[in-house]
Amino acid sequence: MAATPKPRVKVPKSAKAGEVIVLKTLISHEMESGQRKDKEGKTIPRKIINKFSCEFNGQPVFSCDIDPAISANPYFEFSAKVPESGTFKFTWVDDDGSIYTDEQKIDVN
Amino acid sequence: MERLKLLTGTAVCVVLTGLAIATAMADPVDDTLEIDGVPMITKAPAPEGHPFKEVLSGWLFREAETRATEAESFANPGMFAVERGAEIWGTVEGSMGKSCASCHNDAAESMKGVGASYPKWDAKSKKPLNVELQIDKCRVENMGAEPYKFDDADQIALTTYIKHQSLGTPVKVDLSQGDMQTWWDKGKEVYYTRTGQLNFACASCHEGAMGKYIRADHLSQGQVNGFPTYRFNTAGMVSLHNRFRGCIRDTRAEMPKAFSDELMALEVYVTWRGTGLSVETPSVRQ
Amino acid sequence: MTLTRRRALALFAGAAAFPALQLLPRPAFAAAEDTTKLIADFAGGKEPQAGKIKLTAPDIAENGNTVPIAINVESAMTDGDMVASVMILADGNPRPEVATFHFTALSGTAAATTRMRLAKTQNVIALAKMADGSVYMDKKEVKVTIGGCGG
Repeated sequence: MAATPKPRVKVPKSAKAGEVIVLKTLISHEMESGQRKDKEGKTIPRKIINKFSCEFNGQPVFSCDIDPAISANPYFEFSAKVPESGTFKFTWVDDDGSIYTDEQKIDVN
Repeated sequence: MERLKLLTGTAVCVVLTGLAIATAMADPVDDTLEIDGVPMITKAPAPEGHPFKEVLSGWLFREAETRATEAESFANPGMFAVERGAEIWGTVEGSMGKSCASCHNDAAESMKGVGASYPKWDAKSKKPLNVELQIDKCRVENMGAEPYKFDDADQIALTTYIKHQSLGTPVKVDLSQGDMQTWWDKGKEVYYTRTGQLNFACASCHEGAMGKYIRADHLSQGQVNGFPTYRFNTAGMVSLHNRFRGCIRDTRAEMPKAFSDELMALEVYVTWRGTGLSVETPSVRQ
Repeated sequence: MTLTRRRALALFAGAAAFPALQLLPRPAFAAAEDTTKLIADFAGGKEPQAGKIKLTAPDIAENGNTVPIAINVESAMTDGDMVASVMILADGNPRPEVATFHFTALSGTAAATTRMRLAKTQNVIALAKMADGSVYMDKKEVKVTIGGCGG
């Protein structure tokens, strides 16, 4: 799992105005807790995704502060109420400063 | 429990382990598996000569949350391995300048159903090959590339990708080819031979104690139709020969090498024991 | 899944089956004070009340490394009735913090699902802070045992 984290998101293609939809997100990440030790007995340094956020047309929808107790390959499922057509932007922030993003459009009618 | 912590030694473990297996019993769940709406065969009539009447997917022995994770490919982190496998499929490697796709084109067509029929007899080496060994053979003979090291992340990913093309296809190994029957016989012997300090055979847990609990684990029939599998335990993919070795380690025996004749024979036999079950790769287990 | 007597027996007998495993060094676990302090800080001095928030988690985790949990807070999610955030804690982990969810009017509902790690049998605690400052709490014990195989 040392490869570059890959985000995946699941957003309905379309919705009715004001409908509450379910969004699902998953990212490949080891979520090294900082609690484990290597074979030499040295603590393996913490490296986790510490923040996740979702915006719709630039407005915050949902965000999450994340601690090492979240499992590897973090999964989040939450909802959004979509007033209009637009774009969801998903952002994951890594302890090492890396930022991973994904975007998904939705048609609202 | 405090007193039990002080108890060590093989004899105690053996006695108590026997007790643990004997204590509880729970039937596999009465549930049907659809992955993204596609039905999977998780119960099938056993082939002739099988100790059970019905073969059952390990999925039926897992808890609701674990079952649900496999039923939706989006929620299944094993799909990351499938995605990685797709990248490898199209990547040129080796001295001959070829990728898998150079010869096999679109895996969705060329590999459909293929994973359900392995291990297969290889006339040249006079041995059965599993998907991992078939990939290595292709890499060496047709690509001019190095074989993978056992459990290289790319070996697992490409194997997962290829087997995933058979998602839903019933497992069927062809024992009529070459000496496959001899390997099946040898695999059966391995399956029933007790080994290790705990003196367990494969059959001790997966036949004799199937449906019972060993500690908190609900013992399944030990079917292999979902391998490579995503395990919550390691939050990663586990190959079949890794699992074989893990089981053997848990009996406190010397572990045979991955892809050794002993474990290849076991793979032939155990795959046959799951005849008729859908390929579920990548399945999700605890 | 419910903890039947039979299954409880299995867990007990199973735990006895591999006594050597119990000798492994244990990580330091969160002191109860840490959890109490985190709750007090989140609640801003208010006493958390029962109701409004529902925490869903298995009775027994099949594997402690990946335990699905879900929270749902009763709220219209409009200006007058809004959930600001939900904090998840696990009082028996090396650190009790798990995650804090932040909601907005665009969330539609104050509901979320994730997968978490539990180092041992312990309480999972979910606290909801409403926009008006009131705090609600739900708690559930999740049993965690080391599996018999490769656990």
